[in-house]
Amino acid sequence: MINTRILPLIRKEFIHIRRDPRSLVILLLMPLIMMFIFGYAINMDLKHIRIGICDLNRTPSSRELIETIRMSPYFEIVTYYNNPNRTEALFTKRLVRAVIIIPADFGKSHARSRFANIGVITDGTDANSATLVQNYLDGLFMGKSISSATNGSGPLVSVKSRMLYNPDMTSSHFVVPGIVAILLIMIGALLTSVTIAREKETGTMEQILVSPIRPYEVVLGKAIPYLVLSFTIAVFILVFGHLWFKVPMLGKWGFLLLFCVFYVFTALAIGLLISTVVATQQVAMMLSLVITMLPSVMLSGFVFPVASMPRPLQVVSQIIPATHFLKIIRGVMLKGNGPLELWPSVAAMSAVGLFFILLAVRRFKLKLK
Amino acid sequence: MSDKAIQVTGLKKRYDSTSALSSVTFSVEKGEMFGLIGPDGAGKTTLIRILTSLLDPDEGTCRLLGISVHEDPKSIRKIIGYMPQRFSLYPDLTVGENLRFFADLFRVPRKERLKKTEELLEFSRLEPFVKRRAGALSGGMKQKLALSCALIHTPEILVLDEPTTGVDPVSRREFWSILKSLKKSGVSILITTPYMDEAERCDRIALIHHGEILAMGTARSVIDQFSGSIFSVSGPDLLGLSRWFKRQLRSDQVRILGDRVQLNLFSSTEKNVSDLVKDAKASGQVIDAFGRENPELEDTFITLIAEREKRNDQTISS
Repeated sequence: MINTRILPLIRKEFIHIRRDPRSLVILLLMPLIMMFIFGYAINMDLKHIRIGICDLNRTPSSRELIETIRMSPYFEIVTYYNNPNRTEALFTKRLVRAVIIIPADFGKSHARSRFANIGVITDGTDANSATLVQNYLDGLFMGKSISSATNGSGPLVSVKSRMLYNPDMTSSHFVVPGIVAILLIMIGALLTSVTIAREKETGTMEQILVSPIRPYEVVLGKAIPYLVLSFTIAVFILVFGHLWFKVPMLGKWGFLLLFCVFYVFTALAIGLLISTVVATQQVAMMLSLVITMLPSVMLSGFVFPVASMPRPLQVVSQIIPATHFLKIIRGVMLKGNGPLELWPSVAAMSAVGLFFILLAVRRFKLKLK
Repeated sequence: MSDKAIQVTGLKKRYDSTSALSSVTFSVEKGEMFGLIGPDGAGKTTLIRILTSLLDPDEGTCRLLGISVHEDPKSIRKIIGYMPQRFSLYPDLTVGENLRFFADLFRVPRKERLKKTEELLEFSRLEPFVKRRAGALSGGMKQKLALSCALIHTPEILVLDEPTTGVDPVSRREFWSILKSLKKSGVSILITTPYMDEAERCDRIALIHHGEILAMGTARSVIDQFSGSIFSVSGPDLLGLSRWFKRQLRSDQVRILGDRVQLNLFSSTEKNVSDLVKDAKASGQVIDAFGRENPELEDTFITLIAEREKRNDQTISS
C-alpha cells in the first residue's frame, strides 16, 4: 500500500532542495574539494626521493648497483662521494633523505657469494618517509638479487615482504575509498539533522506534528529524499575517485552501490538521532560533524589500523559504521571481493545500521518538550 | 450530542521549578468564540499546546468534542485546526504549495482539496498570490495563509495562538472579520491574544495570569467585576502630572492616554481622588479638569492582577 502521507513529505522536501541551488552546489562541491585535499595531501607515496651514494668500492659491481638505483623512479641521486665523513653534513643540510653506503669489499663479496651487504642510512626525524625508503630499497634490491640469481648459479634465500593489491603503495588507492566512507556518513548525518532542526527552529515541525501523522511517516518522509540525494553524491564521488585517482574497481559496482545505500541509510539514522536532541541548525551541524567525522577518521581504520588500537578503542570501533563500510569498499574495489568474502563486515554493518535506525524511530517523538 | 467543544478540567503543568499552569478549568461551547486573554508568559501557549496534544499535562484532563486529548491524540489531531504563534509555514514554498502540503498531510481528497483551496484563497483574498513564495508575503498575508492552512481540512475546532500579534491594524480587522464568518459557519474557536480590544469581540473570555484564570465570562460581565474607579486628569504638562501621580500611587495605576492622565483607583483603602487632586494642586501641578471614566477590560485586568499579587505577597509574608 502506498502511504499517502509520506509522498507529500517527500515532494515537499524535493521542492526545498530545488529551491536552494546554492546548498546543492555546496553539497556536490564539498566532497570533491575534500577528496582533492585528502587525495593529494595525505600522500604517502614517495617519488624522486633525494639520496646520496657513498661508493667506497668503485668497481663494475658497485657501478652496476648504482645504475639500478638510478633507473628507479623513486630515487634521485643528488650526490656521489667517497668520504663517509660527509654523510652527516648531507643530512643536517637536508640535502638527502637517505644515504646508501657501498662498502669497500662489495665487489669482492658479491663476486664470491653473490650476496653482499650495503648500508642504508635514513633520516629518522621523518619516520614515515624513513620506513618507506627502507621498503622501496628492499623492493629494488630484491629485483636486483633475483635478476642476478636467474643468470647466476646457486639458490638465493632472502626474506622479502611484498605488498599485495596495492603493489606500488599508491596511497590514493587506499585513501579515496576511506574518504568516500567518511564523506557519506558525514553528509548523510548532516543533511538529516540540519533539515529537521530547521523545521524545529522555524516552527514548521509543530505544524506537522498537529496533523494525524505517525512517527515513522515523518522519519521516512525525511529520510527518503536525503537517501536519494546522498546516494547521488556517493555515486558521484565514487566515479570521480575511480576516474581521477584511478582507484581500481576489481569487484562489482552493483554490490558496492547496494551497500552504499545501506550505509547512507545508517548515516541518515544517525542524523535523525542527533535531531532528536538538538534544537537549532547550528548545534545540529556541529554535533553531526563531531560525531561522524572524528570517529570515522580516527577509529575506523582509515588512518590507524584497528588491530593496533588499545582494546577498548577496538570495541568502540566496532560500533562505528565506517569501520565496516571501509572493509567492504576497500575489499570490493581493491581486492575484487564479493558477498562471499565480505559477509562478516556486511553482517556487522547491517547490525550497526539497523540499531541506529530503530533507535532513531523510537526516539523520534510526536510531542514537544 | 451534548459534548462541549472544549472541556478543560484541573489542568496543571510545571516546567522544572516554575509553574506554567496551576489548576486551569474552563469550557468552550460548540460554535462559540472563546478568548484567552493574558500578558506574555501567562501560560497561554502552554495551555494551547496541551489542548492540541503537543504537550502532556502533569495533571488534569481535556476533552475536545468529548474525545480525551491524552487517550486519543490521533482523533484530536483530525478535528482541530491549529495556528501556532509563530509563522510556521515553509517560506520557500509558494502559497499554493503550502496549502497543498497541509491538505495532503490531512489526506484531504483531491476533489475536496481543490474546492476548499479555491474557497480559502477567495475569502483570504490570497488568490493573486498563489504562486508567490510564503516568505515574500506581508505580515498580514502570512497570517491569513497560516489560517487557511489550518482550515484546509475543515476542522470543527480552530485553535489560534496570538494570530494577530505584530500584524498591522488593517490586516487585524480583516482577520477578525474572517474569524467572524468562520464562527457563523459553526466552527468553535479558541483564540489567545494580548490585545484587550480583540477580547471584546469574543463571545466569552478568560483572563489568565501566571497560569491561573483570574476572571471568566462575557467581556461585559468581566468588566462589571471591576470594583474600583477610573478617573482622568488633564493639564498642560501630562508628563509631569503622571510622574507626580506615580509617586503617590503604584506605577501601574497611572498611564498617559493621549490628552489625559488616567488613574485607576482599584482599592477602597486608596486615597480619595478629590484629595489627591487637591494635593497635586498644592504641590504646584496644574490641573485643568478631572472626571470619572467608564472602566475598560484592561483596567479590570490590571486591577485583578494587582489584587492577586497583593494576596500572594500576604501569603508569603504571613
